[in-house]
Amino acid sequence: MAACRSRGVERGVAPHVLAVDDSSVDRAVISGILRRSQFRVTAVDSGKRALELLGSEPNVSMIITDYWMPEMTGYELLKKVKESSRLKEIPVVIMSSENVPTRISRCLEEGAEDFLLKPVQPSDVSRLCSRVLR
Amino acid sequence: MEHANLRRQAASLKKSLFDQGYLDEQFYQVEDLQDEANPNFAEEVVSLFFKDSARVMLNIEQAIEKYPRDFARWDAHMQQLKGSCSSIGASRVKNECTSFRNFCGEENAEGCMRSFQKVKREHAVLRQKLESYFQLLRQAGPAGIATRPAGK
Repeated sequence: MAACRSRGVERGVAPHVLAVDDSSVDRAVISGILRRSQFRVTAVDSGKRALELLGSEPNVSMIITDYWMPEMTGYELLKKVKESSRLKEIPVVIMSSENVPTRISRCLEEGAEDFLLKPVQPSDVSRLCSRVLR
Repeated sequence: MEHANLRRQAASLKKSLFDQGYLDEQFYQVEDLQDEANPNFAEEVVSLFFKDSARVMLNIEQAIEKYPRDFARWDAHMQQLKGSCSSIGASRVKNECTSFRNFCGEENAEGCMRSFQKVKREHAVLRQKLESYFQLLRQAGPAGIATRPAGK
């Protein structure tokens, strides 16, 4: 967990992760997993709300987003983040309940750090922590 | 003594839910996220699931009525329900969701209808059993936070 705390964060301040999922159940579960891993979590239900928060919250260490959401997919959110000079350095992780190879490669090509199959496990988050937030 | 008895009953009920295939490993993962800061996490998530899934099933009913043979639409709704089932380990409901989606893929409306009835039945049974389970845990008191059986 020391690696999780080191990424551009003041000593003693947990990294802030933005979780995006239109499912209230999945938001609760991913938030629980992230909090158990000592992250500070903000969970929102849409890409639109995610972008609103990113506009006002300067210290987001990672975004973890569902792929399939109404109005704005996780892929579309990923693209908007990577197109922004201010946001593009924030690692984005995509979650999906479906294992679609073309979807996975498209997200990775667009700059996603990882693609996780739901249900996301604590071990997935530990792996992310050591790799993405080093 | 009474509390210990209630905890045993809760553990026994949970074991039966796993043995009969109502729940899978993912439920343990949800319970494992409980701690002193979130002692009722599993019950809260399950409560969210039943609230959300009731809404989705109503959407499916309405879609079946308003959009006959719109299998893509029906499938999209059921995908949502299946995802939630996976997240809490609602295995039998999830399997019936898969069956429904398979019928959608085959454009078999009758199969979809039959399967949807099974989804609703399994959902209702699971709801009743999990309500009983969490009621036992509440009665058992704070020390009754569910734990994973040895070896799991």
